[in-house]
Amino acid sequence: MKPLDPRLVRTAGAVRTHLAVSVACGVLITGLILAQAWLLARAISGAWRGEGLDTLGWVVGAVAAIAVARALLSYLAETSALHSAARTKSQLRRRLVAHVTGSGRVWTAQPGSDTDGGPPKAGELVTLATRGLDALDDYFARYLPQLVLASIVPLAVLAVVFWADWISGVVVLVTLPLIPVFMVLIGMHTQQRTERQWRLLSRLGGHFLDVVEGLPTLAVFRRAKAQAAILRRVGEEHRRATMGTLRVAFLSAFALEVLSTLAVALVAVEVGLRLLGGHMDYQTALLVLILAPEAYLPLREVGARFHASMEGVAAAEQVFAELERGRGAHDRRGGASGDADQDTAGEAARRTPAPPPATGRPAPAAGGDIRFEGVELLYPDREVPALSGLDLQVSAGEHLLLTGPSGAGKSTLLSLLLRLTEPTRGRISVRAPGGRWEPLDAVPADDWRLGTAWVPQHPYLFDVSVADNIRLGAPEASMDRVREAARLAEADAFVSALPDGYRTRLGERGARLSAGQRQRIALARAMCRDAPLVLLDEPTAHLDPENAAAVRTAVARLLEGRTAVIVAHDTGWARETLGGTLRTASLPLPTQEGSVSR
Amino acid sequence: MSTSTTVPADPGPVPGRERRRDPLLRMIALARPRGGRFALGVLLGAAATGAGVALLSLAAWMLAVAADHPPITALGVAVVATRALGVGRGVARYLERLVTHDAAFRTLADVRVRVYDRLAATEPFGRFRSGDLVSRLVNDTEATLDLLVRGLTPPLVSVVTGGAAVLFLTVLHVPGGLLLAAGLLLAGLAVPMAAAALSRGPGRRQARARGELSTALVDTLHGAPDLVAYGAMERQVERVNAADAELTRLARGDSALLGLGAGASALVTGLTVWGSLFLGVAAVEGGALDAVSLAVLVLTTLAAFEVVAPLPAVAARLGAIRAGGARLFGVLDTPAGTAPPTRSGLGTEGGATVRVRDLRVRYGPEEPWALDGVDLEIPSGWTVAVIGPSGAGKSTLASVLLRFRDPDGGRVEIGGEDVTAYPADEVRGVVSGVPQDPHVFASTLRENLRLARPGADDGQLWEALRRARLADEVAAMPLGLDTQVGTHGLGLSGGMVQRLALARAVLAAPRVLVLDEPTAHLDPDTRDAVVEDLLAAAEGFSTLLITHDLTGLDRVDRIYVVRHGRVLQQGTHEELSLQEGWYRDVGAG
Repeated sequence: MKPLDPRLVRTAGAVRTHLAVSVACGVLITGLILAQAWLLARAISGAWRGEGLDTLGWVVGAVAAIAVARALLSYLAETSALHSAARTKSQLRRRLVAHVTGSGRVWTAQPGSDTDGGPPKAGELVTLATRGLDALDDYFARYLPQLVLASIVPLAVLAVVFWADWISGVVVLVTLPLIPVFMVLIGMHTQQRTERQWRLLSRLGGHFLDVVEGLPTLAVFRRAKAQAAILRRVGEEHRRATMGTLRVAFLSAFALEVLSTLAVALVAVEVGLRLLGGHMDYQTALLVLILAPEAYLPLREVGARFHASMEGVAAAEQVFAELERGRGAHDRRGGASGDADQDTAGEAARRTPAPPPATGRPAPAAGGDIRFEGVELLYPDREVPALSGLDLQVSAGEHLLLTGPSGAGKSTLLSLLLRLTEPTRGRISVRAPGGRWEPLDAVPADDWRLGTAWVPQHPYLFDVSVADNIRLGAPEASMDRVREAARLAEADAFVSALPDGYRTRLGERGARLSAGQRQRIALARAMCRDAPLVLLDEPTAHLDPENAAAVRTAVARLLEGRTAVIVAHDTGWARETLGGTLRTASLPLPTQEGSVSR
Repeated sequence: MSTSTTVPADPGPVPGRERRRDPLLRMIALARPRGGRFALGVLLGAAATGAGVALLSLAAWMLAVAADHPPITALGVAVVATRALGVGRGVARYLERLVTHDAAFRTLADVRVRVYDRLAATEPFGRFRSGDLVSRLVNDTEATLDLLVRGLTPPLVSVVTGGAAVLFLTVLHVPGGLLLAAGLLLAGLAVPMAAAALSRGPGRRQARARGELSTALVDTLHGAPDLVAYGAMERQVERVNAADAELTRLARGDSALLGLGAGASALVTGLTVWGSLFLGVAAVEGGALDAVSLAVLVLTTLAAFEVVAPLPAVAARLGAIRAGGARLFGVLDTPAGTAPPTRSGLGTEGGATVRVRDLRVRYGPEEPWALDGVDLEIPSGWTVAVIGPSGAGKSTLASVLLRFRDPDGGRVEIGGEDVTAYPADEVRGVVSGVPQDPHVFASTLRENLRLARPGADDGQLWEALRRARLADEVAAMPLGLDTQVGTHGLGLSGGMVQRLALARAVLAAPRVLVLDEPTAHLDPDTRDAVVEDLLAAAEGFSTLLITHDLTGLDRVDRIYVVRHGRVLQQGTHEELSLQEGWYRDVGAG
């Protein structure tokens, strides 16, 4: 981990401003430190020579002025640092959000999976963008200014001490460089150890969490009380392991501390003896004594603040890693499909004529027929395709019920129809009523989606009002339309019973509502979208019988006069509710050669 | 049992006076058993900081004396002492850090065990529903370590060293000593406290804005597929950016306020040094102070401010630490959900018939009844299902049977004995099973299973796995029973977790098996298979199956339909299918 990440300087304009301000403040503070030392030495030696306040008055007065000036500088530096931290965090956050929501990202209609190839997950990204980046405050306000001071003050002090007394200068010159050397050594050493340590600590620390979380289970099996003894033993192991590391880690810090204090002591003794011998005057001796500790102080401080501030740097690094990771995955994906075989590349080229720009109107094709021909979808970094060899046709106005075992790619098929992802092989064609077959990717994705409504297995409700949740796909919808959609989705009664009716804010992930109510809001959302193609994913899977019954009624209304693809496990109700218009297709588990049985 | 000697008794209910004390003081009280070590740490810390100040005082004295060119013997002791202080400071600092960290880790271990004991004794599992709460409790426990290492020792060290410096200067020159006292109090106490108080406003303002931002981010990232599918992503990103702009605006405005602390500290330090110079020079001129003491006075004052340098950071953290403490004690002060037992020796012999008579439970005096007069019977060897919509009170019934809480009215009898009279662990020797959301511990499969029967041999474990239909999957794992599972090992699928929990319940071999929502969170494909396996494994037990889902009910001996805390219907699947009512209405019949 670098003390100053060049990417941070490059990316965030606020960082450059902050560095400039810090350097300016650092130079001024260095000047004030030197001036104060000289003034103190001058005043003390003057008083020793017998001068009174009448001659020393200006010296004493200047010390007060310096105190005020340093206070002002400290205030300005801190304020500017927090200011810059706020701006940098905002800049990084916006880039992160733009990146993860950008078009390069692959979302899926699969519940609970975030298929962009591994970590980090959505929850981690939220933490990173908020609490993670907040650690930059310390980095900006505490660490960076100190780093600037640590690179200016020692050199300035060294120059002045050399000028005043070259022998003391040599002592400082010899010991000073040892400190960064030690720091690097300590850094390398502790980093290695702390990484190992961190794993051990998180395992031992995790044990407590594990046991507390599992307490109900332990209680059921009468093992709860016995765990206390194990907890004590693990705690003791934790302490011993940690102390073992700390004994060594502190040892290096000990060397650092001894070195800097001993250097000051050596300077003091050496200056004192030469003053005694008459080889030096009192004022110079005092100046050297006052300045010597100042040379080491910023270095020690910067070391002490290093670890606390590195959390912020680590967070920034994670942000950069995320920004670069996404880009890398994207490139790989492109490359993989190209290498796979010539056909795919050829097909891709045939498709390439970029779709015309979105018109902002639903695509007429969404109300027509859809045809899958040899469609395969292989997610990057996966061996087995999520869907393979799919041949299927959905005619306009038809209700198609998709069944098949877990992992057969039922939800993946919905992802393809939602244009959340593109097939890696084969083609999907669509035909507007009375029109000609055209490839799906020739239709602008936004226009296509305007013609679709989707009710996922676990619909996501946003922490905004109920009304805004319902008109998610139709922001201009009037309150009357929202209410009508809710009524048709069997949601009007419970929404009206909420404290603020349709204006009630739903809380994180719709926490105010039960699973069945959430499902009905999602159905209202689909009603409000008023799209010719409806995609339903296990609409009643996790509902108790009463809620499931209400959802079925709503689904029947939603599907009237629309084309629908329904993924469902429990097929009985669908046949019963939808009757004659229903056709069933079963998806087998995907293989390289798999195909759909009708 | 050996455990009875190693496990401290239940700390007992917390008296009201204790509850009202400042959580910070109560947290410090948790460290009292390690008081000696902490005191040693403070002494060593004071020695280290003191050595730094003394080094500069002594050096100033040495130079001032040397300036008058006395014989070299006058400096002999000072030269040696200066070098000794140079080394001593490092040694003392090193030891201080070791001693305080050791004491803090010991305290952390103590506190963990105390927290755990209290939780095990009171079983406030109602609060456990949110996983967040558990991890916060764990974090708050760790916060005590932070408090002790960074919050407790530095102020005490400052008091000792600062006091010594003030005392020393007062002997030398009374006004100079008083001035230093005032400066240290301002810089070490008044300014940090004021700065912490000032930052509370911005903290609250920004916390609210940060909450908005993080909600918007959570919505964006978790709801991304929905947003993309409904073409609403751009609008959502605008919402995030608006929240970000608001937070940034507040933070920039507040930075002017938050910088005040740093400025004030620098001002107090600078002006105190100036004051000592002014007083000292005037005193030398007036003959009240000699020139040697002047150098010592000014340089000691200059060095003494190092003593209070860590305090602003401590003051800034106190608020967060106190809040963590308050949450921690909030959980610890929860009274137990069950009354102390009056009898012991709930028969392991005798019938396993469970009889529930007019059972009433509610979660608070103002709350509605979760169970409102439930009558139910599980004859020995029967499988009985309790079904109904979520919120009907089904899980409350399970928690009463498992003795997690007392009934507010009515009786629960096993083999004719009232269970409330017996200790929870005796009841759980008879009634056990699969709790809601069973936990998989970060350990091996073997350990996870043996939890239910510590002495079980591998043969018994495999037999239990076989009955839960998990044996083939485990046999296929390269490490078999030694496979690591849980947080640090293999993540098990929802169906496997339920089967593992079932195998545990089979191993425990209670006479009454309670299965609380064993198919919650399972996808529909696995659900049927798990129910199938459950019912097969439950053969030979008296079983209570609690579920909201209607699969497999034709295989149980009796079904109770519960709604709004009351039994609506009861009978076999065939009987209920023929009756008018809820069971037929929801499509089960």
